[in-house]
Amino acid sequence: MSSDILQSGVKPDGGSTPQSKAPPVNKPKFWNDPKKRSLLFQVLLLAALGFVFYTIIQNTLTNLEQRGMTTGFDFLSREAGFGIAMSLIDYTEASSYGMTFIVGLLNTILIAVMGIFAATILGFILGVARLSDNWLIAKFSALYIEIFRNIPLLLQIFFWYYAVLRTLPTPRQSLEFFGSFINNRGLIMPAPVPEDGFGLVTIGFFAAIVASWFIARWSRKRQELTGQQFPVFLTSIGLIVGVPLLLFLFSGLPLGLDHPELKGFNFKGGITVIPELIALWLALSIYTASFIAETVRAGILAVSHGQTEAATALGMSKAKTLRLIVVPQAMRVVIPPLTSQYLNLTKNSSLATAIGYPDLVNVFAGTTLNQTGQAIEVIAMTMAVYLTLSLLTSFFMNWYNARIQLTER
Amino acid sequence: MKYEIQPTLPPPSSMIGVVGWLRKNLFDGPYNSVATIVVGYFLISFLVPTIQWIFIDSDWIGTSRDACTSGGACWVFIANRLDQFLYGFYPEAEHWRPQLAFIILIGSIIWLVLPQTPKKGLVATLLLVVYPVIAYFLLYGDLFGLPQVETHLWGGLTLTLVLAVVGIVASLPLGIVLALGRQSDMPIVKSVCVTFIEIWRGVPLITVLFMASVMLPLFFPEGMSFDKLLRALIGITLFQSAYMAEVIRGGLQAIPKGQYEAADALGLGYWQKMILIIMPQALKLMIPGIVNTFIALFKDTSLVLIIGLFDVLAIGQAANQDPDWIGYSTESYLFIALLFWVFCFSMSRYSQHLEKKLHTGHGNRA
Repeated sequence: MSSDILQSGVKPDGGSTPQSKAPPVNKPKFWNDPKKRSLLFQVLLLAALGFVFYTIIQNTLTNLEQRGMTTGFDFLSREAGFGIAMSLIDYTEASSYGMTFIVGLLNTILIAVMGIFAATILGFILGVARLSDNWLIAKFSALYIEIFRNIPLLLQIFFWYYAVLRTLPTPRQSLEFFGSFINNRGLIMPAPVPEDGFGLVTIGFFAAIVASWFIARWSRKRQELTGQQFPVFLTSIGLIVGVPLLLFLFSGLPLGLDHPELKGFNFKGGITVIPELIALWLALSIYTASFIAETVRAGILAVSHGQTEAATALGMSKAKTLRLIVVPQAMRVVIPPLTSQYLNLTKNSSLATAIGYPDLVNVFAGTTLNQTGQAIEVIAMTMAVYLTLSLLTSFFMNWYNARIQLTER
Repeated sequence: MKYEIQPTLPPPSSMIGVVGWLRKNLFDGPYNSVATIVVGYFLISFLVPTIQWIFIDSDWIGTSRDACTSGGACWVFIANRLDQFLYGFYPEAEHWRPQLAFIILIGSIIWLVLPQTPKKGLVATLLLVVYPVIAYFLLYGDLFGLPQVETHLWGGLTLTLVLAVVGIVASLPLGIVLALGRQSDMPIVKSVCVTFIEIWRGVPLITVLFMASVMLPLFFPEGMSFDKLLRALIGITLFQSAYMAEVIRGGLQAIPKGQYEAADALGLGYWQKMILIIMPQALKLMIPGIVNTFIALFKDTSLVLIIGLFDVLAIGQAANQDPDWIGYSTESYLFIALLFWVFCFSMSRYSQHLEKKLHTGHGNRA
């Protein structure tokens, strides 16, 4: 490279040569010019990509034709003809393949929301517990985290499903507690049936929520003006639980229960939670909680110790320091990795297919694909759902993250 | 008045020794005491029967389920199936081949992990470049007089390790290229890489494996058939390289801008700059992240059972269905969990150790 510089331009002896008078000839060759080279490179990349996609599409079309397979989304309106163990909306065997997609999607969303809820609570408790002053609690939490995050999730799902839930007694020998039954067909609970006057309780419940919101606003204003605090949280809990409860008692307990009954070999009535859902929920929450706990711990450790000391110096109690000083600051560090954990949990819920929980992958990318053979459309739709869920979650969490982010000068 | 310095008194007996430790760590105030008692009670009431079941009441020796009479864990089941757990359906006479491959792998890893061994770079290069070739011919055979062993016979821990090692070896370079592409100034290169990374990161591995097993054959010309294992490996590699790319991008972003500028000022070209200055630093920074990706990959290999490959978990599932051994699934899950746990836990410990060791220099991390 250095020899290039020496050869072009002025000769070392200083004597003028015919070259030095000519316009500068050190214009680089076009493959040495970064701009042109990068242009060339990108054109080549595009051409290569185009060629690859063209070949793939040609091959696929030929292959599909030879196997006599059809393409297109017409299959979505055809009758599915298979049953699904659990659906949140009305679904029968006469429903279309399009409906199987919706049923699977709703079941996926259900398990993801349930899992995120449980894993967040469990994860926060464990993360704080691992930093506890209490040696036993800290070690217990560390043990939990190290065990569960180093074992494959699929194995944990199998364990809960095959080794725990499948070995429960048959419906005839169900374990009974508070009118609910647990057996190898799942958890059967009494279903609430609202009677006359239950509307009043519902109205009371929503009125209490609205009232709590106003109280919170009033208390914040009062604190800004006078510095006096008002126990907003306890009052709200009291209102939201107490008002409906009182109304419920005074209007004469207007809620019947549809008790499940053993008829023949299975239960009739009540709500049945299928064992697949329970196993998947347990495994997903327990597994993801161990990752969330580590995230929370890292977040808490990231809060400078001076903050805790300052709070102690102001005479704040330990619990108050944690709630008002440490956790809000830790959240800034915790939110981005927490988002990834939520996404992971949602994507991991696809392992449901291994035990037969009717999620999107099981129902749609499994049964529907096998029956229709429309591999490309089905896989593309399934992947699109997860991509959309991923993008939506990260969009929401980024918005939330931006809202609570530290605003510096 | 004359003051004399008195010797320091020892701390009160309640502050030192076992009593002091207990007071400080377990019974520090009423809340902690209650918490200790509650957690302690649950731990004891759970751990004692578990330990009793696993070790004290368990059966270890025998050939059939009749040997399991003591009411505890039946490890006879695992002992009888150990060969399958380790080698799948690999012919028994050829078991020395996976064993040899495993010994070379573990040997080189120990060499790399121990602090004082020389020529680490050479060993690492051999492990990444030469070892996969040797291991392939060792396992597959059909060369040097070794009988051929079809890949559908591979299984158990052997298959799990094959998937994990090939996954990491193939996804590392692809991840580096993708990370560099994502950082590139060329808009087309950048958007191609970003799209690739975001798509693979946004979908579950299961759908990738489904795609690899159902759709991949459609993409290639008629008659060109792919081994099932190879298809799974392609899926895992594409998926994992996207994660790897993000880890390496983190490392690239952590390198101070001055390093790039200094390399430019020396007149280094793009590849010289990356290979000599930036990548060594970025990779060193990201070793813990890369190890974490490896742990995730290792656990994820268990998903191949869904497309019908017999990794260690699938072997366990099959063993649980054996009518001669019905009812011992807890034992097999515990055994497989222990296998995975030992690998993953030692990797995570090693990455934490590296994190501490490498936490030097790079002022902006302090």
